[in-house]
Amino acid sequence: MLDVAVAYNRFKFLGDEFLTWLWFVIEQDPSVLRNADPDLTSFEIGNRIVLEKKHKKAFERITIKGEDAGLEEAKVALKNGALVAELNLVYRSAQQKWQFTLKGESLNLSSLKTPKTAPPESPDEVEGSVLEKIFLYDKILQFLEKLYKTFIKLRTSNRWQSHEISLIKKWLSAKP
Amino acid sequence: MGLLSASNSITRYTVTGQLKKPVLETVAVGLKKNVISEIDDHESEKAVGWTSFEKPYQPDFSGSTYAYGTYLVFALRIDKKTIPSKVVKKHFMIESAQRLADSGRQYLSRNEKQTIKDLVIDRLNIKVPATPNVYDIIWNYEDSVLWFFSNLKAANEELETLFIKSFDLNLIRVIPYTAAHLDSGLTDTEKDLLLKLSPTNFAE
Repeated sequence: MLDVAVAYNRFKFLGDEFLTWLWFVIEQDPSVLRNADPDLTSFEIGNRIVLEKKHKKAFERITIKGEDAGLEEAKVALKNGALVAELNLVYRSAQQKWQFTLKGESLNLSSLKTPKTAPPESPDEVEGSVLEKIFLYDKILQFLEKLYKTFIKLRTSNRWQSHEISLIKKWLSAKP
Repeated sequence: MGLLSASNSITRYTVTGQLKKPVLETVAVGLKKNVISEIDDHESEKAVGWTSFEKPYQPDFSGSTYAYGTYLVFALRIDKKTIPSKVVKKHFMIESAQRLADSGRQYLSRNEKQTIKDLVIDRLNIKVPATPNVYDIIWNYEDSVLWFFSNLKAANEELETLFIKSFDLNLIRVIPYTAAHLDSGLTDTEKDLLLKLSPTNFAE
């Protein structure tokens, strides 16, 4: 296995491609999402997208914010060679809602809000509250891990070059 | 941000290696060995160590208090003192002037200036209370998975260093490459292909 510090820089593009592909499957192939979670109610783009474009030594960063984040504007940036670097996502499963931002290069989660849980009112209730919260973290993390596995299997297969790239390009070129 | 907070950041890790049995005793030894030490009224500028999830300012690892089902829940605490540079400068000037007056000289050497600066910082550190930062940890030792509730680079680096020192186990950060190599069920052939991947161009 490669050294982690070396691998971080060498393969951070994979995380950005994962987010770009995730947006594509959200819009075009939701069966992938349901395979990762049979209880899934919905999985949507949230209120923030960060795109990055690297060309030789030039670096451009575009942030789109707001509840109705300008998805068309973001797609234009993708068509021009940018990749999704950060994506805010809203996941609903079994009538509960999670919202978080996923960063491509590190796969770190930030601003993660799980469904609300009652705060412990006595020391005896702490363990129950912690285990409930762990269950909620585990639910979203397992979902993301399954999606990443699906992406990596696809990315290391011939299907990525022969099929998936053209589907993604077609999606980007489609008029709204 | 605590794990029970309304909003959180999580960095994921894979733990490599096996804990010696009995697991809870091994973990308790590691936690106690590197428990946070109080540095208030002490000249130390920084302290890093483990603390309890429920009592971060009175760490207690007795009686498996950190075990919740199959999860180990505790925290990393980083205490740091911050002295404004202008305060250091003021005390340095006063001390330097005193040295010059006592010795009857007009100048101090570079080494003397550094010694005075170190002395001033040590004295101020004794007076300044440390600011504690607590970062919760959930370790599922059966699945070799650990969640660290911070994305801060410095805090993650402290965690990685203290973890191997305490438990003799490595933490491998979940990043695009490690998630693919370790956790995606790739065959050896697919792992070879992974190493050869280059960025896709989605542009028209």
